[in-house]
Amino acid sequence: MLTFTLRRISLFIFTMLVLTLLSFSLSFFFPGETVINHSGQINASTAELVKINESYQMDKSILNQYGAYLSHILEGDFGLSMTSQSPISHEIMALLPATIELSLVALLIAMVLGIPLGFIAAINHNKATDNAILSLAMFGYSIPVFWLGLLAITLFSINLGWLPSAGQISLLFEIEFVTGIQFIDILLSDSPYKWQAFSNASAHIMLPACVIALAPATIFIRLSRAAMIEVLAASYIRAARAKGLNFKQIIFRHAIRNALIKIIRHVGLQFANLVTIAMVTEVIFSWPGIGRWLIESVYQRDYTAIQSGLLVLSCFIFIIHILTDFIYAALNPLARGNHHGS
Amino acid sequence: MAALTMNYKSALTLIVFTLTSLLSGCNDGDKISLSERSIIYCSEGSPESFNPQLSTSGTTSDASSKLLYNSLIAYKGKNNILEPALAKSWHITHDGKKITFYLRQDVTFHQTSNFTPTRNLNADDVIFSFNRILDKEHSFHQVSGGHYPFFQSVKFAELVEEIEKINDYTVRFVLKRNNSSFMANLATDYAVILSAEYGEQLSKANTKHEMDIHPVGTGPFMLKDYRVGSFIRFYRHESYWHEKAKIEQLVYDISPSKTSRLTKLLAKECDVSSYPIAHQKITEREDLQLESVTSLNVGYFGFNTQKAPFDNKLVRQAISLAINKQAIIDTVYESQAASAKSILPETSWAYDSQTPELGYDPVKAKSLLEIAGYAQGFSMDVWAMPVQRAYNPNAVTMAKLIQADLKKIGVKVKIISYEWSTFLRRLSLGEHQSFLLGWTADHPDPDNFFTPMLSCSASELGNNRTFWCNEEYDELLRKALKTSNMSKRKKYYAKAMAIINEEMPLLAIAHSKRFQARGINVKGNILENFGSISFHDVAKTLINSDSTPLTPVKEIEKESE
Repeated sequence: MLTFTLRRISLFIFTMLVLTLLSFSLSFFFPGETVINHSGQINASTAELVKINESYQMDKSILNQYGAYLSHILEGDFGLSMTSQSPISHEIMALLPATIELSLVALLIAMVLGIPLGFIAAINHNKATDNAILSLAMFGYSIPVFWLGLLAITLFSINLGWLPSAGQISLLFEIEFVTGIQFIDILLSDSPYKWQAFSNASAHIMLPACVIALAPATIFIRLSRAAMIEVLAASYIRAARAKGLNFKQIIFRHAIRNALIKIIRHVGLQFANLVTIAMVTEVIFSWPGIGRWLIESVYQRDYTAIQSGLLVLSCFIFIIHILTDFIYAALNPLARGNHHGS
Repeated sequence: MAALTMNYKSALTLIVFTLTSLLSGCNDGDKISLSERSIIYCSEGSPESFNPQLSTSGTTSDASSKLLYNSLIAYKGKNNILEPALAKSWHITHDGKKITFYLRQDVTFHQTSNFTPTRNLNADDVIFSFNRILDKEHSFHQVSGGHYPFFQSVKFAELVEEIEKINDYTVRFVLKRNNSSFMANLATDYAVILSAEYGEQLSKANTKHEMDIHPVGTGPFMLKDYRVGSFIRFYRHESYWHEKAKIEQLVYDISPSKTSRLTKLLAKECDVSSYPIAHQKITEREDLQLESVTSLNVGYFGFNTQKAPFDNKLVRQAISLAINKQAIIDTVYESQAASAKSILPETSWAYDSQTPELGYDPVKAKSLLEIAGYAQGFSMDVWAMPVQRAYNPNAVTMAKLIQADLKKIGVKVKIISYEWSTFLRRLSLGEHQSFLLGWTADHPDPDNFFTPMLSCSASELGNNRTFWCNEEYDELLRKALKTSNMSKRKKYYAKAMAIINEEMPLLAIAHSKRFQARGINVKGNILENFGSISFHDVAKTLINSDSTPLTPVKEIEKESE
């Protein structure tokens, strides 16, 4: 397990180095002065500019500059947003939790829907049910997310009036910002309308989360179907059947557990995909997350925000990857001994 | 495997927990839900500050004037009559130069997170509020930029000699000359009363700029929270001097996108929406209603009465008859305007419902031209203003429509447009033959239309670009200003309008309308005939609970109980 952990950590460090190198070089490629792109201080006075130049070591070699840039990032200083002139780290800390919340709920929905459907398809391999589920998955995967989002708003918010279309929670509720994850904040708050707020927040997350969940759910269907078919063909299943276990026992005691392990590995991979979809969805549903913020930064040519946002987001996705790897390793002892990594 | 089972179970617990909490959200049914005691208003933009003295932008005064503050006097009712507000009564001397206000003694200021008032409103607050505008040496004059656009435009500082404190609850304004619109100016959204005590506290703490960001006023609501570009939250002022507001919380959901305001309105995420689009769709829905008020403005087509051929009354009449106003209203204003019969909007109390409307009659126009000696037609210039205003959203398109209309009676039109400041400068030099422009009233007094637009004095140094000067008309206006008898004034103004219709120095085209949409469960006046919106007597009826998005869940639960 130690080697496994060390491998992952070293991989993390090197990937992050490459990523910072990329975001560092972006400052040179973006229009405008490099040091202003680094710091985001567009209104700096001459005296301030001298100070910034010094702190980013702009007069020294490019290696020193990179070092200075790295130390700024390690201190959590991502510079100022060019549009709002407030520290990017603060903005990210305020927005990232909303994205995490939305993505996690979407992931949960995708797994809860996708995995059982995949299993059902595999059990009925090559039958009508299998074909129906597969074509459904194909159809779902082909729908563009922005179109689906707008369609969902038209149907569920405007025509039926069941679910709200914008924001995280109705503005009527005042929930103090503690963790940024709305549901936890609501439970922590001492508002007399806690439960009204909770159900309101649940209604708000429903549509965007389902829209995001659709594409990953279809992938989960195909993954779990493939995993199940493979497991069902394995010799220990044949042995179990020979022992006289009935169908239920075979599926629930043996097949599902072994198939799930194979799927867990892919969750991390799917999460990256999911965050990308979430960014577009956040714009459609006015979700106050980092995706919407990043897309707005692109519109407003807020270069400092773009490079720091990308860095944080990719770092976040990478951490999720490593976490799922750990979970996989914890569940599957075989993986721990795997010296060749993944 | 054990770990996996654990995962399974905890996931299941999580789901069950989420579902139960979702349902249990409705258990406190005995409390009236928060949404029934609050209103969400989808507004069109972020206010620049919370002090209407500093800005004439509608967004700023909508979010501050009638919510956070009061003025000394106010326009009330359908007829826009001046009524007491913070001043319970007033007295004007015969020469009209000294105006004494007697203040109410029971007016409390907001208690906010950074200010706790120790006294009620008194004369010091009134003097503080107006001296901030008038006195360039005042410690707050330069705070937030030192610009007071409304007061500068009405030349307030040149009018007011001084403001005296007679006693704690009596204030006297001493004017340099008699001015009939002075009282009207004090009743506008901009003449609000701030707290002198709060000013003192901020001066001591050296945080004067907070005056306009964390406002303290006497109005029916107080500011709780503001996030730029996102929302404004107001709470009810519990010790308001007048009747308390009916709703406890008012939230402005700042949604600059027109479509997102419409979506939120249709999805019941906001109760009231400003400037809605898709009027048809809204009127079709049974749970929504569309309302509008005609603004106190007018878009018009003016003629330079000093230049041929428009020095001839018949030509002016002919051209006016040949213009299809309805087509202009449908195209340029997208039907969001009322057709103008004269320069005064029908919402003004002085408007005479007998005013005849000059129709669209190209045949008669042609014959008038023949009488005037222009049987072969002529060619003319139309100057179209280059900017967009509520009273004329697109002057160039309007000019093109006029061009097409006049072609039918043999008049060739050349459209001319300059950059805005050049346009105004050249207009004042009288280089034009005809022009498209408009006028927005500063206050609802009818004189604000007649005098600045068409009087002789205005043609010499003011806004009268028709250079039309009619002694009889001016005499009527003078008489109307001298009397305070409303029905007499109304008669004078009716006569003045008849003169305009006969002489036709300009053709009034349209008064733009301000639209607003709301759920039918929202009762009470929001849009006022004049000025910014108010939520003071707005309430929500209980039917509302049936239309909140979460109600289906509630009902299922009730049935199962």
